[in-house]
Amino acid sequence: MAADSKTVKPGRTAGRTIAPLCAALALVFAVRSAAPQAGLPGVRHAPRPSRITSLVPAATEMLFAVGAGARVVAVSSYDHYPAEVTTLPRVGALIDPNVERILALKPDLVIIYASQTDLKQQLGRAGIAVFEYRHAGLADVTDTIRAIGARTGDAGPANAVASRIERDLEAIRARVRVQPKPRTLLVFGREPGSLRGLYASGGVGFLSDMLETAGGANVLAAVKLQAVQASTEQVLAARPDVILETRAADEAFPVAQRGAELDAWKVLASVPAVRNGRVIFLFDDRIVVPGPRVAEGTLLMAKALHPDVFGATDAAGPTTQPRSGRRVDAGADGILPAAAGAEREQ
Amino acid sequence: MTLQHRFVRTVLGFGAIAAVTIVVSPLVGPTSINLRRVFDWSIPFSDNTDAQIFFVARLPRTLSGAIVGALFASAGVVFQGLLRNPLATPFTLGVSTGAALGAILALTFGWSITIAGISAVPLAAFVGSLAAVGIVYALAQARHRGLSTTVLLLAGVTMNAFFSAMILFVQYFASFTDVARTLRWLMGNLDVSSYEPLVTALPGLVIAFAMFAWLARPLNLLSLGPDSAESRGLDVARAQRAAFLSASLATGAAVSIGGPIGFVGIIIPHLVRLLVGPDHRLVLPAAALFGAAFLVACDLVARTILAPIEVPVGVITAVIGGPFFLWLLIRKP
Repeated sequence: MAADSKTVKPGRTAGRTIAPLCAALALVFAVRSAAPQAGLPGVRHAPRPSRITSLVPAATEMLFAVGAGARVVAVSSYDHYPAEVTTLPRVGALIDPNVERILALKPDLVIIYASQTDLKQQLGRAGIAVFEYRHAGLADVTDTIRAIGARTGDAGPANAVASRIERDLEAIRARVRVQPKPRTLLVFGREPGSLRGLYASGGVGFLSDMLETAGGANVLAAVKLQAVQASTEQVLAARPDVILETRAADEAFPVAQRGAELDAWKVLASVPAVRNGRVIFLFDDRIVVPGPRVAEGTLLMAKALHPDVFGATDAAGPTTQPRSGRRVDAGADGILPAAAGAEREQ
Repeated sequence: MTLQHRFVRTVLGFGAIAAVTIVVSPLVGPTSINLRRVFDWSIPFSDNTDAQIFFVARLPRTLSGAIVGALFASAGVVFQGLLRNPLATPFTLGVSTGAALGAILALTFGWSITIAGISAVPLAAFVGSLAAVGIVYALAQARHRGLSTTVLLLAGVTMNAFFSAMILFVQYFASFTDVARTLRWLMGNLDVSSYEPLVTALPGLVIAFAMFAWLARPLNLLSLGPDSAESRGLDVARAQRAAFLSASLATGAAVSIGGPIGFVGIIIPHLVRLLVGPDHRLVLPAAALFGAAFLVACDLVARTILAPIEVPVGVITAVIGGPFFLWLLIRKP
């Protein structure tokens, strides 16, 4: 019953909140699911920044990938990757940016979420340039990498990184093109030990795009939302062939609980994925952080969906690696070398 | 008309409303199902999607709506009688906020204990409600013979504020997804997808309703004020204790099944009093039955109105309940 999982050490796409409920909810969905937006108008002639602060883990990864990592002076409280960030000062995140600390570090560029309008104003008053980031679809990831590269004066390397990701994604697409597309439910949250409070990807956002790229058909594609709270009835009626449960590595089910968590699905015995043992756990930041490792995350999905195609070797797999980043703890935590994809419940 | 007649009429009338709602609710939903297939026992259950939608998704959900609605509505009646305050709700004394804190701890830290088929979140919610009850009860009893309703109210309001602060503090450690899930939890969700939570809640349910039945007369006497009640032979302290503990137990069980769904516990008692008068011997059964019907109906709306997306049931109860309550306030008698 060993559900599989892989675990790269780090991070969450997350932030913390102590905000009022509605505001927080809006932010949550904004951040959880979607990606990028190019920089500000008028920054084209801005000088090359030398002290960069990032409040967005995906953007931090991008900075390191385009070669601006050495100029990053502070990151968000949820950054874990690449390893270099672990020694950098933390200046809060989406809901709790520490303006005082940010200002004290004298950055000349701060990457913020597009929803952080107060912070934007405060930084504007201090004369500090900002780059507004927003989660969106898969194509926006590479667009954002190019935009960040253009902003940091690394347009060439950024374009190379982005193009390589696009090639890797295209390679995955090509390999699954002729394959049947398993109807897939992509779950990214539920109450432990039950199917209550089940959140799944709707038909928009990078997760849904990754799923389609990996050769799956999103059963909730018709729901034009990034996050859907799926009811029991919805899951039963959708009859997915595969259920992928994905989470950040540090939110993975504890190993001892995985059997029980898999069993939680058994009440939905008529769902083909449950009946055929195709409920698959994928706990990996490369899937949930829409950064430069997104093609690797997509490959993990593809392996889970099409184990026959991607079999025991990932020779044709994406090669994208952040330039200055090391892979965190590969191996140690069970990033399976190749068929990392997934073992299935049997 | 004697009390017996009115009782029978009340129970039959509200019982019929509840029964119709409970029967109709599982037949309706965002997916169209074939009823003949649902009850076709020749198809193995695990292959029969229609039957699974009916028996795994809709029926437990309808039953949990009925149970939670009945519990909230009758707990509301009891709290209003106990505190002699028409604005009291099942959430006034901190029980639901305590439950919410428990649930959110379980969600945020991913606790995965399961006891008797109850998963961590409802379990933690129930424990949280018990903790809140214990604290408020101890405070209210500390310096008085019996319970001081004033201290109860103040302690409850304070505990509400305290637990709310703790919830926000815990959310500081939560990831975005956790936060989304906890916020959603606070708006209520009756989609239990199995009968186990309902079966496990049954003993508590029976105890609570048995105590409510016994409380009807004491609550009538209490409405005259504790002194008059005492002079008419009521052991006021005992009645207050019973009222507080049973209504708290009911609220804790209801919150752990469905989350803190608002408005049921205040609007239903008032509506029922308008219809059957102030006698708790009628108000209590009527509120339980009507609360069940109301919440089942609200959940039906919640899961169909924007299908395939669901509206949180707490939003529906507030959207229907809020304006309706205002209308009750301004209408001519």
